[in-house]
Amino acid sequence: MTSPLFSRTTTLFALLLAVPVLVVLGSLLTPQPELWAHLLDTVLADYVRNSLLLALGVGLCSAAIGTLMAWTVARYQFIGRAVVQWLLLLPMAVPAYIMAYSYTGLLDFAGPVQSQLRLWFDWSYGDYYFPEIRSLPGAILMLSLVLYPYVYMLARTAFRQQSGSLLEASRTLGYTPRQHFWKVALPVARPAILTGAALAMMEALADYGTVQYFGVTTFTTGIFRTWFGMGNQLGAAQLSALLCSFVLLLLYLEQWSRRKLKFYQQGQKQQEPSRQSIHGLAGFTLLLLCLLPVMFGFLLPALQLVGWAVERLDQFWSVDFMQLLLNSFSLAALTALVTASLALCFAYAKRLSGHWSLVLPVRLAAMGYALPGTVIAIGVMIPLAALDNSIDLWAEQQFGIRTGLLLSGTLVALVLAYTVRFMAVALHSVEAGLMQITPSMDNAARSLGESPVGVLKRVHLPLLKASVLSALLLVFVDVLKELPATLLLRPFNFNTLSVRSYELASDERLADAALPALAIVLIGLIPVILLSRALDSSNRGAQ
Amino acid sequence: MKFWQKSLVAAALTAATLAQAAEVNVYSGRQEELLKPMLDQFSKDTGIKVNLITGKPDELISRMQSEGRNSPADLLISTDVGRLYRAEVQGLLQPIDSKVLTDAIPAHLRDPKQQWFGLTKRARPIMYVPGKVKPEQLSSIEDLADPKWKGKICVRSSDNIYNQSMVAALIAQIGEEKTQAWANGFVKNFAQPPKGGDRDQIKAAAAGVCDIAIANTYYLGGMFDEAGDKAAAEAVKVFWPNQQDRGAHINISGAGVAKYAPNKAEAIKLLEYMVKPESQSWYAVTNHEYPVVADVKWSQRLESFGQFKAEQVQLSTLGELNAKAIQVMDKAGWK
Repeated sequence: MTSPLFSRTTTLFALLLAVPVLVVLGSLLTPQPELWAHLLDTVLADYVRNSLLLALGVGLCSAAIGTLMAWTVARYQFIGRAVVQWLLLLPMAVPAYIMAYSYTGLLDFAGPVQSQLRLWFDWSYGDYYFPEIRSLPGAILMLSLVLYPYVYMLARTAFRQQSGSLLEASRTLGYTPRQHFWKVALPVARPAILTGAALAMMEALADYGTVQYFGVTTFTTGIFRTWFGMGNQLGAAQLSALLCSFVLLLLYLEQWSRRKLKFYQQGQKQQEPSRQSIHGLAGFTLLLLCLLPVMFGFLLPALQLVGWAVERLDQFWSVDFMQLLLNSFSLAALTALVTASLALCFAYAKRLSGHWSLVLPVRLAAMGYALPGTVIAIGVMIPLAALDNSIDLWAEQQFGIRTGLLLSGTLVALVLAYTVRFMAVALHSVEAGLMQITPSMDNAARSLGESPVGVLKRVHLPLLKASVLSALLLVFVDVLKELPATLLLRPFNFNTLSVRSYELASDERLADAALPALAIVLIGLIPVILLSRALDSSNRGAQ
Repeated sequence: MKFWQKSLVAAALTAATLAQAAEVNVYSGRQEELLKPMLDQFSKDTGIKVNLITGKPDELISRMQSEGRNSPADLLISTDVGRLYRAEVQGLLQPIDSKVLTDAIPAHLRDPKQQWFGLTKRARPIMYVPGKVKPEQLSSIEDLADPKWKGKICVRSSDNIYNQSMVAALIAQIGEEKTQAWANGFVKNFAQPPKGGDRDQIKAAAAGVCDIAIANTYYLGGMFDEAGDKAAAEAVKVFWPNQQDRGAHINISGAGVAKYAPNKAEAIKLLEYMVKPESQSWYAVTNHEYPVVADVKWSQRLESFGQFKAEQVQLSTLGELNAKAIQVMDKAGWK
């Protein structure tokens, strides 16, 4: 049923994107017994424990916040709902390490909150207990606050797409709204929620900035330490491979959990069940509840950034700064397009064929998300430079001409690295969307004489619009925030906002870092708002 | 390939080479803010265009390595000697015979094989809270392992290169065994698990978490310039340890010419430009780093931290000992 050309091209692309991950896995072939003996003796147990706790904590917290918010917004009508439903997406525009810096500034012993408390109650150091923000729980909190939107976005779409007949059915069974949520709505939305949580967990496993600043030793900090501190690149790659296996396990569990959940919305899409209106104090309480994540995940850190940035506002209009804005924006937009298109191809090829020769490369290509950006960047750089150098050698031998580096050090390398890094995000989003389309719809369309491409164009694309848009947005925002790969692969004289803000922040010049950080947040808002509108209109259109 | 195809390729490549005026490509581990103004001045003075990439030194080294003989890099700048050493060991630099450089830079601050050169000194002294600690109580870094400092010391994590170099310097000077014993005791004296950066240690000391912070002086200098941090900076004083024996720990920022540098002459020009007195004092003023060239006037801020005797250890050995230093810190439980 599938055209062999499409299938083969897709496999080829997937393999190409899998190369960096394979380079990392290939490192396992050269044993480093001495290094491992040292790691086992000293720090490895900490790495494993902290990484697992971090991923688990972030997974649980972001799933809880995201699902609760999605359910509230999808099922209840209350004052301010229309605004709150997109405000809830805002925290995803804030880079996690920026959150970490601004919360530390706020809650640290030397920060304004504790200083004020000491002033009020005449305490000094050691007189009172205050939770330490720079700790494992602190890191879980920081990461959950910026990552819950992944769950929220996917769960909200899932809740909305549950037809009204589901609700009617559970009413006839005598379920209370609470029972309906636990026994019907939640299980049906489970794939979406788990997908969101898995993304958040992978992001948490790959995080470097936050955990490093908080002094939490995880696999990522261990990878950097082994590579840069001990100069052992192979050992670092082996740690990365181990991290990869964590993620494989995670992906497998997620897959396994929905093995029996292969149901599709049956029949024609029914009207979205009307939202229950909540008035008065109860409605106001719901509004406040929804504003909590917005306040802690966006407003507070943004205000702290504004506070720092006002002193530096004169830099805002400099030509240099405008160039940074332009670079960051166009890079993110380009990558989002490339990644989402490829994700669409992969998801389809998988749906159509499902053969291991295709599924395996796609799985590998999607693992890049869990690897720290630096590891991906190295995985991209090594094969690319090898390719360039062999072309150069060949050209010299054939024609006596040196071609130099054709791809390394260009934007191609950078976009490739981003695509590898963020493929999982786009793929998960598109696949979650595809789950909603029944195979019988394909069959019906085919029996009416549509070609596979025609089915794609006239049936699937309109139905997939929301998922593809989420994929675009997620990748866009992720690229805006991305740091290590950008640092390593960018061409000469090419800078981005995240590079600028990180360089300054890592030199502990937070006030100087605030303006570019704020700009990342602001540019990140544009697609968040656009997407929110598009989601709304596509939803209305489907009714 | 047909003849016309060949000529087309050749023509395109010639055009590309002809279009290049005098320029130099810099791979810099030193961030843009603390380099660009000087590079701009260099371009203005010499007419040589500077192309810049900044990044983590190790990553830049990896990049040079995989780019191989086609690497466009001319000059590698690093904020730490360990990285320069690593680049040298991996065969990415070349020896430079320049009288300007050897005359200006003291021998222990440059590579014996002339593959890299120190450009600024970065010092890592003890900072203490007056009133809680009397300067007479302080003496050497070794003394900080004494149980009398239990729960009184703030220092950042062992992931940090400044700490790694500091421990590597200790290993070079007092041996691995003594350093291990020292680290075991030193870690027991921490006031809190290591976290945050150098500024955070100073702030913690100012706020009362600890009495002593270990930090590089340019962080302290930078804090004086910022409204929010000024009070914390004023709360601590600098103490120069080991003045009776080997001197306080220092590291360097420095640079080396890439092995395959396409613009070698320009790269050397830029290196020589960086040790001119004006460039040297620019570093002191903008980032409170110490000049490597003698007789360059310090900034007022640096003057206020006082004169000191610095370690004379050959800096290349710090690079060799970096991995060992991490193992020592791991064993001591220094997070």
